[in-house]
Amino acid sequence: MAEGAGEEKKKFSIWDLPDVPMGQLPPHLELQRSRVSCNKDAPIHTESIQYSGAYASMGIDNSSRLDRFSNNFRVEVVRLNEDDMEFDMIGIDAAIANSFRRILIAELPTMAIEKVLIANNTSIIQDEVLAHRLGLVPIRVDPRLFDYLSGLIHFFSIDGLSEFMEFTLGALGNSLLLSLSIVENDQPNEKNTIVFKLYVQCKRGSPRITVKSDALKWLPNGSELVKETRNATSDSSSKPETYTYFGCSQETVPEFVKNPIIPKYPDIIIAKLGPGQEIELEAHAVKGIGKTHAKWSPVATAWYRMHPEVVLLEDIKDDLAEELKSKCPVNVFDIEDLGKGRRRATVARPRACTLCRECIRGDDWEKRVALRRVKDHFIFTIESTGALPPEVLFTEAVKILEDKCERVITELS
Amino acid sequence: MEHGSFTDNSAATFSLTDEDHTIANAVRFTLNQDPRVTFCGYSIPHPSEARVNIRVQTTGDPAREVLKDACQNLMLMCRHVRSTFDKAVEDFKASNAVKAMKIDSQDSSGDDSEESE
Repeated sequence: MAEGAGEEKKKFSIWDLPDVPMGQLPPHLELQRSRVSCNKDAPIHTESIQYSGAYASMGIDNSSRLDRFSNNFRVEVVRLNEDDMEFDMIGIDAAIANSFRRILIAELPTMAIEKVLIANNTSIIQDEVLAHRLGLVPIRVDPRLFDYLSGLIHFFSIDGLSEFMEFTLGALGNSLLLSLSIVENDQPNEKNTIVFKLYVQCKRGSPRITVKSDALKWLPNGSELVKETRNATSDSSSKPETYTYFGCSQETVPEFVKNPIIPKYPDIIIAKLGPGQEIELEAHAVKGIGKTHAKWSPVATAWYRMHPEVVLLEDIKDDLAEELKSKCPVNVFDIEDLGKGRRRATVARPRACTLCRECIRGDDWEKRVALRRVKDHFIFTIESTGALPPEVLFTEAVKILEDKCERVITELS
Repeated sequence: MEHGSFTDNSAATFSLTDEDHTIANAVRFTLNQDPRVTFCGYSIPHPSEARVNIRVQTTGDPAREVLKDACQNLMLMCRHVRSTFDKAVEDFKASNAVKAMKIDSQDSSGDDSEESE
């Protein structure tokens, strides 16, 4: 016996072991690389292994090649309707998925009310609160049809200024002086401003009324409020000067002929009026991004989660199977009938798993069930506020990241 | 803006204005995937200053070229993501065309009953 064991020892070579890498990682390392393990106390192996030479000592190349990415990357749409969508993005790193998410929230432009000219407000809601509420009303209009109003530049700090520059002028670097000299769209015109009018009155003796967002009426010809000019001698034949300088009516823009600009939802409460009170104002909507103020964010939320993976490490049978099934609050497990009264637990709906870790609570359950997340499989959800459909939002977000790369490249060359 | 040495261009720090984690983290990822890179990382020196510093050290190639390639790679990845996504959405819409038609017809019947102002 002893001799036999010695012989075996001699023959033993580490390269013959089944988990020796032959172009691929040993299983335990592959698991660490591609999965987050959600243990009872804490999740482990949460980081993604990005470094190209991470497995160089094992002769494995961790560098990504574009062709490899192209072959593996997949998108599967799960749900898509007017306002929200859910899709699976498979074969991409969290760094890039997160960039898309960040751009969706903070860097995609929309139109939102920025300036409110209040002619009369006798309601109990203060002017500034009213203006803030109006700003948050989502407007159903494609922001790609509009330019930035660089007149806004006055409201930005120096930091904000250079930030704004990037988007208005595509200026590179912090060439501050250069940009200041090329401020163009500083006057509100038909290409950068949308004007709404709100005029509501509550007659004396009538009951209180609620002002809703459908009271905002689009003025395609621009502002109707006449500016007080200092020199009254200006000839009376010309049009009185208003707060906007529209060259033509926005109604003539083909996109708006069939789709007039209105708030996305008609039933958002703006204010309440008691008898004898009234509000008369004009609201000017301009283009902006969510970084400046959340009212410009085109999404209610955009988020992703990694795909859950629930693995039964051993067969779980009969009463234990029943126990496991009843442990899960989102009903991930099912019971399979093996015949002769034997039952076995199966993982039927892993996607529903919230990783609440209820199933691995209690003695020994961690040995039976493993909760994991797939590191490169993202369940991405986008909820649009209504300016653009969610699928367009995502495409635009990817375009913005491309533009950012291009900007760096041009700056470096 | 680039801060590096005049004699050795294989290591440099690039300072990007008006950028944040959005691009820096993504570029760090693509840089890390490049075998020519020995070290890379990024930092945002101050949260109220819109600036990010990206450090690149290479095995010998100019850091500037390596960063440029990383951006190029990221851009090509984005382009692929966009085309794949557009195709997936198109396929989804096509496969749901029958269902969508039903919804549309419901919508149009709803429009009829809408009251004029």
